[in-house]
Amino acid sequence: MKNKGLTKVDLIFESIDIMKVMKKAFEMTSDEIIQQILESGLKGRGGAGFPTGLKWKYTAAEKDPEKYIVCNADEGEPGTFKDREILDKVASKVYAGMTIAGKAMGARKGFIYLRGEYRFLLPQLFVELHKFHKLINEIGYDFSIEYRMGSGAYICGEESALFESIEGFRGEPRNKPPYPTVSGLFSKPTSINNVETLVTAVMIIEKGANEYFKLGTKDSRGSKVFSISGDTPIPGIFELELGMTVQEFVNEFGDGDTKAVQVGGASGFCVPRKKFGETIIGFEGVPTGGSMKLFNSSRSMYNLLHNYLDFFAEESCGQCTPCRVGCQQLLKGVEKVKKGEAKSTYLNELVKLADTMKVASKCGLGQSVGNAFKSIVENFREEIIY
Amino acid sequence: MVTLKINEQEVKVAEGTTVLEAAKKLGVIIPTLCNHPDLCVAGNCRVCVVEQTGARTLIAACAMPVSEGMDIHTNSLKVRNARKHIVELLLSEHRADCTKCYKNQKCELQTLANEYSFGEHIFLDLVEDHSYSIDRSSPAFIKDDSKCIRCQRCVRTCSQLQHVSAIAVANKGAHMKISSFHDRPMSHVVCTNCGQCVNRCPTGALTEKTYIDQVWDAIYDPEKHVVVQTAPAVRVALGEDLGYDPGERVTGKMVTALRQLGFDSVLDTDFTADLTIIEEGTELLTRLKKVLVENDHSMALPMFTSCSPGWIKFIEHKYPQMLPNLSTCKSPQQMFGALAKTFYAQKRKLDPSKIVSVSIMPCTAKKYEADRPEMRSSGYKDIDFVLTTRELAVMIKQAGIDFRSLEPDNYDSIMGTSTGAGVIFGATGGVMEAALRTAYELVTGKPVPFKNLNIMPVRGMEGVKEATIKIEGTTEEWRFLEGAELKVAIAHGLVNANKIAKAVSTGKAQYHFIEIMACPGGCLGGGGQPIPTNAAIRQKRMEAIYSEDMHMDLRKSHENPEIIAIYNEFLEKPNGHKSHELLHTHYIERESY
Repeated sequence: MKNKGLTKVDLIFESIDIMKVMKKAFEMTSDEIIQQILESGLKGRGGAGFPTGLKWKYTAAEKDPEKYIVCNADEGEPGTFKDREILDKVASKVYAGMTIAGKAMGARKGFIYLRGEYRFLLPQLFVELHKFHKLINEIGYDFSIEYRMGSGAYICGEESALFESIEGFRGEPRNKPPYPTVSGLFSKPTSINNVETLVTAVMIIEKGANEYFKLGTKDSRGSKVFSISGDTPIPGIFELELGMTVQEFVNEFGDGDTKAVQVGGASGFCVPRKKFGETIIGFEGVPTGGSMKLFNSSRSMYNLLHNYLDFFAEESCGQCTPCRVGCQQLLKGVEKVKKGEAKSTYLNELVKLADTMKVASKCGLGQSVGNAFKSIVENFREEIIY
Repeated sequence: MVTLKINEQEVKVAEGTTVLEAAKKLGVIIPTLCNHPDLCVAGNCRVCVVEQTGARTLIAACAMPVSEGMDIHTNSLKVRNARKHIVELLLSEHRADCTKCYKNQKCELQTLANEYSFGEHIFLDLVEDHSYSIDRSSPAFIKDDSKCIRCQRCVRTCSQLQHVSAIAVANKGAHMKISSFHDRPMSHVVCTNCGQCVNRCPTGALTEKTYIDQVWDAIYDPEKHVVVQTAPAVRVALGEDLGYDPGERVTGKMVTALRQLGFDSVLDTDFTADLTIIEEGTELLTRLKKVLVENDHSMALPMFTSCSPGWIKFIEHKYPQMLPNLSTCKSPQQMFGALAKTFYAQKRKLDPSKIVSVSIMPCTAKKYEADRPEMRSSGYKDIDFVLTTRELAVMIKQAGIDFRSLEPDNYDSIMGTSTGAGVIFGATGGVMEAALRTAYELVTGKPVPFKNLNIMPVRGMEGVKEATIKIEGTTEEWRFLEGAELKVAIAHGLVNANKIAKAVSTGKAQYHFIEIMACPGGCLGGGGQPIPTNAAIRQKRMEAIYSEDMHMDLRKSHENPEIIAIYNEFLEKPNGHKSHELLHTHYIERESY
């Protein structure tokens, strides 16, 4: 394969002997499994990047005999479509990841919260799940997995809103603390992990933490599946070693006219051409749950921003003030500036508002609206005004 | 214990305390909006955000439990900037027509705006982007979504305190709103009109439907004879809206004020509370005799009280199969209304069509009750206008009355004399206690065997109370009750009422007589009472109610001379023909959504 400095990795989609890796995990103690995950340096692949090993450790430390492992498959971030591919191609590895996590934490029950729009995957996923349940029955291990469907609300990808949704309530984020590891689904200790995180954990058990640790950088270990879209000749799903700069990424995936890359979807950051070289894709730079959108010079950054703000004004749960009203104000504000009905300096007020939303919103949704807003307004100010 | 620092001051508090409570202990005030002591923590308005050293974001003081070594700043630049933004954001989605607003100067958002937002508004007006309509369908209250700031106090009240959930959150994002089932008008859903949401709404989004102007018109109309009755719980709360501390009894001054307002006759709902005891007590004894002795199951036991119109509507919606268990007695307000335009009119030689009957109630559901089509047994609308305690305070202020300097006075006679048993109707357990004081004595010829007639087991703020009274030493007529144990239960707040109703309907609980009040604490915590109302204030009002009782010369309903007289002169006998015509009613099965 043509390689301009990016290392392609094949962990997630690699076909492995599920039985073998599970047996390996079952021979390990709970502590040993968690230790492996901790040593691998794996951070959550949904985007927020909480160390997976710690999440498992905290959940394992809880005394409650009833615990849950929840797989967050509510893949709703604009531009992200890697979890769909993972579930489509290697669902059994997701199930294995949940089972191993269950073993590590003492959970006997897992739920997969599947994005409503992915309902079409269900028939095949059920076939796989049936086979999987049979398999662990043969081993004589007590663990079962159930699917729960989302209904299209972006907010239900937020972990505590997701729990509310599974429990049958309106999907609204909870106050934290308590964190899910202490009181999550049905108020029981819960580890909630992204689809890719669970599969990665399986591969860490399979290959050993050391092998995984060798990949990536200090803050961003391992590899990651990217969903690449926009102005690129090769859109699709690619698993890459972490640690590349946006420039290296654009060299490989750009169309030669890339002016900006939106890293991490609507809630992520917009990186302009002038910052491609200095910006690392990862937790030391701009993190992403997988979404990478390339924009060439034919694209209006105002339209992009407007689209994102429209999205957030619609998808905020509406519970907390900064997010519910803030999103509407940002949207209406940029419209007014564009139309010349508000002074261009009004953008400065809106940037301050975005800062407030970042520190005062109740959950990650409202807190991250400012990411896209600020990075677009600050880097493409003239496109917003004129 | 946990030690933390707030604004550089150290404080030690119990584990589980919130930052907000810890700050309060130090005398540090953190503004709040969605927070209410009666409700669970929401943490959604974000007005209470404070800075925690080392934390990535600000934290909501109301929702954050303290932790060891926390270093909190409640008034840093970062906090002030965020708070100002939040208040401005709320103002931008709120129709701020303050001078026209019923809640002007009583609005919590306005108070915050005073502190955080003056001069030019930063943000754009969002009200114009939404098409809001005002729901005036209920006779008790008005719901104006353009003033709603989505704090969800009302939603939590309706579900947690009242188990009704007539209102809930609908839609998301910019379209998120507080709505009813399928956006139906509030008059066409399970809403009980209890007004607990109105009492907790921080803005003018939920307000009682006011009839102040209509009452003024009646007062100034020389053709009209305007009588006013005051409910038991009003006298222990009105003072709060007129500068007094909670728990102050202002009965005498209130009477004087009503007279100065121009009412032609100032009368007391306590009188018909006493009458209710005679009617309802007789009904209970009749039911006991029919069911237990004569084995006639045409009448149902247990019998539920029927004084609380919120409770009536609740059971009509949620437990229609138990409507036969509801006492057929009208509430004291409606008994008063029916008698005002019959008995009172006769005695005073007045044309009932010229009588305007006004009641002052701690309640918004009473406005609805007065509008029920059943409530016209005098041949007219028995009660013309119902005002809440809050509305009375407004009228007193409008009239320029210096309430504090008023000389206390007594109620007028004919339906103005009452006993301590009548006044305790205002507190949870009060109807039960008043009924027992009379029924026990009627059956045994002796007073209830409790010191000073105070039946302590039925008092207090416990959500569900139970008691068993052993009946001993019965007179000849009531010998069938000798040795019987009368099992009673009391619930206040519809969430507790629901517990009892459920237990009774599923046969899990066996009682003879159950008192239910829709509002927490009983009428003293009614939706029409001064704002704020919370547990501490309800406690004070309750103490005042029992103190009022102790100060009365007569404390048993059957000893009220006007009650004895009205039976002699007009009603003839309890549960008699005339009583049934004027003082009893029937109920309607309603849909459950």
